[in-house]
Amino acid sequence: MQDFIEFFSFTDANIRYVTLGSVLLAASSAVVGCFTLLRKRALVGDAVAHAVLPGVCLAFILSGTKNPFILLIGAFVTGWLSLVVIDYITSRSRIKEDTAIGLVLSVFFGIGILLLTAIQQTGNAAQSGLDKFLFGSAASLIGEDLIAFGVVAVLLLVAVVLFFKELTLLCFDQAYARTIGFPVRGLELLLTTLTVFAVVVGIQAVGVVLMAAMLITPAAAARFWTENLKVMLVLAALIGAFSGIAGAFVSYTAPSMPTGPWIVLIVSMIAILSFALAPGRGWVARILRQRRNKTRILEENLLKLLYQLGELRQDYGSARSLEELLERRNIPKSEALGGLQKLKRQGYLQKDDGRWLLTPEGEKRGRRVVRLHRLWELYLTQYLNLASDHVHEDAETIEHIITPELEQRLIEELNYPDLDPHSARIP
Amino acid sequence: MILQVENPVVEVHDLTVSYDRKPVLWGIDLTLPAGALVGVIGPNGAGKSTLIKAMMNLLPVSSGYVRIFDQPLKQVYSRISYVPQRESVDWDFPASVFDVVLMGRYGQLGLFKRPRKADKDAAMEALEKVGMQGFANRQISQLSGGQQQRVFLARALAQNADVYFMDEPFAGVDIATETAIIQLLRLMRDQGKTVIVVHHDLQSASEYFDWVVLLNMRLVASGPTEQVLNQELLEQTYGGKLTLLSKVGDLLRKQEFPAREKS
Repeated sequence: MQDFIEFFSFTDANIRYVTLGSVLLAASSAVVGCFTLLRKRALVGDAVAHAVLPGVCLAFILSGTKNPFILLIGAFVTGWLSLVVIDYITSRSRIKEDTAIGLVLSVFFGIGILLLTAIQQTGNAAQSGLDKFLFGSAASLIGEDLIAFGVVAVLLLVAVVLFFKELTLLCFDQAYARTIGFPVRGLELLLTTLTVFAVVVGIQAVGVVLMAAMLITPAAAARFWTENLKVMLVLAALIGAFSGIAGAFVSYTAPSMPTGPWIVLIVSMIAILSFALAPGRGWVARILRQRRNKTRILEENLLKLLYQLGELRQDYGSARSLEELLERRNIPKSEALGGLQKLKRQGYLQKDDGRWLLTPEGEKRGRRVVRLHRLWELYLTQYLNLASDHVHEDAETIEHIITPELEQRLIEELNYPDLDPHSARIP
Repeated sequence: MILQVENPVVEVHDLTVSYDRKPVLWGIDLTLPAGALVGVIGPNGAGKSTLIKAMMNLLPVSSGYVRIFDQPLKQVYSRISYVPQRESVDWDFPASVFDVVLMGRYGQLGLFKRPRKADKDAAMEALEKVGMQGFANRQISQLSGGQQQRVFLARALAQNADVYFMDEPFAGVDIATETAIIQLLRLMRDQGKTVIVVHHDLQSASEYFDWVVLLNMRLVASGPTEQVLNQELLEQTYGGKLTLLSKVGDLLRKQEFPAREKS
């Protein structure tokens, strides 16, 4: 708790830097990741992330320093090279893109690990800390590093804002972009470069192994909440920034902890919550929708039953017992009872001495369901040439979803019919 | 019957297009007149879409060239408009109907610039022309097939081009949309625009188009509808596959031969 207060009071200049750095990194890679995701090239980010490791190691071997600019350049070169190789393999051979990505990712990462191990065994004192690139350490984002990575992160955000229109069109409809004279090759190159940069700046905080998650997960989570690309970018940035702060906090309070896995866990939690809770697209919303549909079907079936009984006995005015209803249709008793109670609360039914009676509103709704059922049966026999003994099951579902507009059109197309295919009157 | 015209809007010269070295279009020589509603017709796999895409420079060609208004495509981007097949994009993209139609203005805007008020007016007007003004704020993922096609059409209209290339605009749309689209295309033709449409339905072709291009891996015919749509030419287009032609094509692919000695 004390750590918490100490960290979030931001009195320590180091904490301020680390936090600022993590937020910038995470937000900028999340924003670029939105376009990578929409372009359906999520895996490419993963390949680049792994492919920067040999670059970092090579830059260190050649220069002998851990100057962040030099390491950045090394990372950029091999990251970029990996994409060129993937493109080359896909266009020049029969190997498909996913296979090429798998190949390139593992080969580059293998070389990276090889170099890293070799460096560690030389006993060069300057090398300590290079392994931070594997799993990341947000707390080491200070001084020169912060400036270097911060500048790149800001450049990324500026580039996305500047090229928003072009990148959007590239992701949505590349062929069309070309026919209006956009430099599609150039824009592809731009997006690739932005992706590589996003990965390169992110590795300090998250590490190469898990960097892909920073690129893709915030974007995937944000997609669940909105249908507007601009909102999606902002949301992804916020989700990224939040997990960046969380990572910095972890890195600060528990220096021996690898930051990357923590950030990824946090951002994944947010993503899982988004998948579950987001309105419209989320699981919960879908389950609720299905339950609503189920209750609606139950209620309308009950009203229909009562109406049909009235029709049968030529008497809509007397109450019916539950047993009478269940005789005609097999509904679990408790379910039926619950439905009846609810309909009573809604004013569609009255209870009279343990028996159930339709109110005028209930009768109207029940009549409509029966009408839709018979209309649909008629439609199926007339327009789809289905046999009249095959149309009942279909109509059982369709009767619940036909809207008033469709009902009107149905009546018109069937030319205001009186009888359904079973010669029952259409009410 | 291949009729070449004077001062064509579109000129295709000796065009050969291959997929993976196998030619799917052989030596197309085609000229199209201005102000016509042109139907490109042929069986499945005849290369209709390929022809349109090659005209739009979306595919590498093995030989030949395309000129529009007697200029290479690069010079006339502002005068042409392309309507891709509806299925060619992912409609589960976070954008509204209006966003997509506004893309029709991007070409004139050029890079970096944001859409101006006038561009938004033009987009709205285009939406009205296809009868979708009420759907401007609708998410594109919620559209039916016919509505998607209208949105693509509106995007093309917003471009204010002179020649339109449309890839299967009638595929999988409801009858109301089909009628609305053909009325719109006729209106455009009457305003002097040239509209080139890939179409798969022979029945409606004679009624819809005033110029027909019959295609089946090679150009079978090109000319005014009433002269082209006859028994003999249709049999040439639809009857009997040119087995020898595809055999040679397969051979080129298997042996990794170039379709032309020099390209």
